[in-house]
Amino acid sequence: MINIIWFLFIVIGVIVAVFTGNITAVTDAAIENAELAVELSIGLVGIMALWLGIMKIAEESGLVNILAKAVKPIMIRLFPEVPEEHPAMGAMIMNMAANILGLGNAATPLGLKAMKELNEINNDSDTASNAMCTFLAINTSSVTLIPATVIAYRSAAGSANPTEIIGPVIIATLASTIAAIIAVKSLQKLPRFSKTNPNNNKKIVGSK
Amino acid sequence: MFVEIMEGISKYAIPFILLAIPTYGVFKKVKVYESFTEGAKDGFTTAIKIIPFLVAMLVSIGIFRASGAMEILTSVLSPITNKIGMPGETVPMALMRPLSGGGASGVMNSLFEAHGPDSFIGRLASIMMGSTETTFYVLAVYFGAVSIKKTRHALPAGLISDAVGIVVAVIVANIMF
Repeated sequence: MINIIWFLFIVIGVIVAVFTGNITAVTDAAIENAELAVELSIGLVGIMALWLGIMKIAEESGLVNILAKAVKPIMIRLFPEVPEEHPAMGAMIMNMAANILGLGNAATPLGLKAMKELNEINNDSDTASNAMCTFLAINTSSVTLIPATVIAYRSAAGSANPTEIIGPVIIATLASTIAAIIAVKSLQKLPRFSKTNPNNNKKIVGSK
Repeated sequence: MFVEIMEGISKYAIPFILLAIPTYGVFKKVKVYESFTEGAKDGFTTAIKIIPFLVAMLVSIGIFRASGAMEILTSVLSPITNKIGMPGETVPMALMRPLSGGGASGVMNSLFEAHGPDSFIGRLASIMMGSTETTFYVLAVYFGAVSIKKTRHALPAGLISDAVGIVVAVIVANIMF
């Protein structure tokens, strides 16, 4: 799916640009975004190092395990493929907590740490496991209690009540998180996705 | 009340975590400095690993955005969304949100300027912005960090959840405002 969508963005973009006269804008966008991607990645180095360092202390002191035990009933249902005591559980919990609190810049490093741990128990280093897809879906829809940036933009624009959107945002993110979980769990049962599960014991014959 | 508590939490959360975790570590006899640097080592390699994935994603989305294709899509979709209580002006917001966080902020701010943040359009755009994520970016970064190329059902699941988020945002906005 991602191959098709990625390709479609480029094909539609270039063809439309020929007709709308935006072809130079397309050239600029391609170059600028390539540079931006590197800037964004490099910009992650410091914040990654900070949170991975803190996370390591939390791990070695046993704090992550305590946290993991507390929410175990939910986690084992969401991620049945992940062993209960695995460090991936702790990292995922820390990431979700950061997301809920609206700590975006802590959430990403913790999420990446979780992905790394999930990769340790993945049989194919090229293909996403069910647990990774579930984690990602929850992440892209994550429940937010405080949409801090939106509130900041609203008050900057002179809103009389910048925080009035908090309630609606909580309702909408709850709905999208539930939808994400249902979608990811249903999709993984579809033949085209269950067949590509890297942790299937069945040998996949003639694929690729 | 709720708002003040929540704002307090987001203000104190990071300093609190930065204090609490090392304190607990010292209490548990962890060599905190050594342990921190050991963990922090991975920061650089992880960030570098993401680069090719993010370049691929941002370039293709950038081309699509710059071409004007979104404007065409907006004019096709607006008459339909108008009927379900979603003003056509907010369609670019819904289309942009999964593709680009910066782009979506830009759309939201221009809607604030044109209609005011307390108009129906302004409120709906705010709810959309706050309740969905930049799915394509998250996908590139998270899978990129572990060099996963075959993403299976992660993208469709993410997009379904974005769509549900947008629809619920429209419904809630229509009920409340």
